Amino acid sequence: MSDTITKLKVATIWVDGCSGCHMSFLDMDERILELAPHIDMLYSPLVDSKIIPDELDLVIVEGAVSNDDDLHRVLALRKAAKFMIALGDCAVSGNVPSMRNPIGTRPCFDRAYFEMTDINPQIPTKHVPALLENALPVHQVVKVDLFVQGCPPPADAIYFVLTELIAGRVPDPAKVTRFGA
Amino acid sequence: MSKTTRVVTLTINDKEVSAREDESILTVAREHDIDIPTLCYLEGLSGWGSCRLCLVQVEGIPKLLPACMTYCAEGMKVKTDTEKIQNYRKNILEMLFSERNHVCSVCVSNGECELQSLAQKCGMDHVSLPYRFPSYDVDSTHNLFRNDHNRCVLCTRCIRVCDEIEGAHVWDLAGRGIDTLVISELNEPWGDSDTCTNCGKCVQVCPTGALVQKGTAVAEMHKNRTFLPYLNAMRGNNG
Repeated sequence: MSDTITKLKVATIWVDGCSGCHMSFLDMDERILELAPHIDMLYSPLVDSKIIPDELDLVIVEGAVSNDDDLHRVLALRKAAKFMIALGDCAVSGNVPSMRNPIGTRPCFDRAYFEMTDINPQIPTKHVPALLENALPVHQVVKVDLFVQGCPPPADAIYFVLTELIAGRVPDPAKVTRFGA
Repeated sequence: MSKTTRVVTLTINDKEVSAREDESILTVAREHDIDIPTLCYLEGLSGWGSCRLCLVQVEGIPKLLPACMTYCAEGMKVKTDTEKIQNYRKNILEMLFSERNHVCSVCVSNGECELQSLAQKCGMDHVSLPYRFPSYDVDSTHNLFRNDHNRCVLCTRCIRVCDEIEGAHVWDLAGRGIDTLVISELNEPWGDSDTCTNCGKCVQVCPTGALVQKGTAVAEMHKNRTFLPYLNAMRGNNG
């Protein structure tokens, strides 16, 4: 059987998270080689491509949706994706990025860019995306097909989820991970 | 209540069991290894029935009943795990998670939190309701302990253990509905309390990271919630 027929077209994205979920992905170590024949990684912080593909089988989102760039990219990836995974607590629940929500963006800006600076106090607007009022879990912005909790989800959990999906089954991540895991 | 307690026969999930009529469905179910999730209930404290996680279906009664507060009766047919009940439990957990700021990954009780493990057990893999992101204070005025309202689920275990076991009654509820708060004294800082004996029972029974020991970092808060039955037994209480 030819590899090209069975390969899943996959993208991963790192929005408002710490990259820990991607680190956990890499933490699958040599098992990545096992997955490689089944996966074409077309867009990801782990590869070079900067253009979001038009068609994808699987999109994995790490992080909460916190600024307008996050929003645009998540929307574009959802449009392309057949199946979307929210990977990790930030994507699933907002987690640490959402801890700014009860405070509000303006007091956060004041603290970071005025109270804590000695010179040239200003809110940056050039070359940086604008913050949304709240950091949101991905499913409050687009439809999510599978939720994989954990901070980060253990490499074993990511491996389990991916191998199940490659085999054509929808896994139950509650068996292998939980909030805060 | 009659002077002599009758023994009744009922079925739980089609299994025939016998029970005293002054026993709750929850007690009898657990005696027979039938698992019913609970949050506000704690063995050794009076029943409260507020969290609604132990809702069960009793044949012939149109609404669901809390197993912790419903007593066994002759011929009762109880179901504890129907699809409807499972969905209700998930909905209840989603509401609890969305009402306050529960961030497991940075919580001192991460890994030992009853709310967290209930979410995993009941299959609540995300919160479909919009989060409220409320702004709540943290009371760190006590020398030993801390009260973080962001993590409180209003189970009232702290109120009951302080009143019923320690006899100090430091805690109470203030406000109504979604704005209800657990307060110390007449809504004064915990550290200023004249009645608190620093016994820490409230901290031990708290199911989440709301009441915790100071000086604990993420996942370091280990609680002993099993002391109550022993304490009651030693005091000769039946509770």
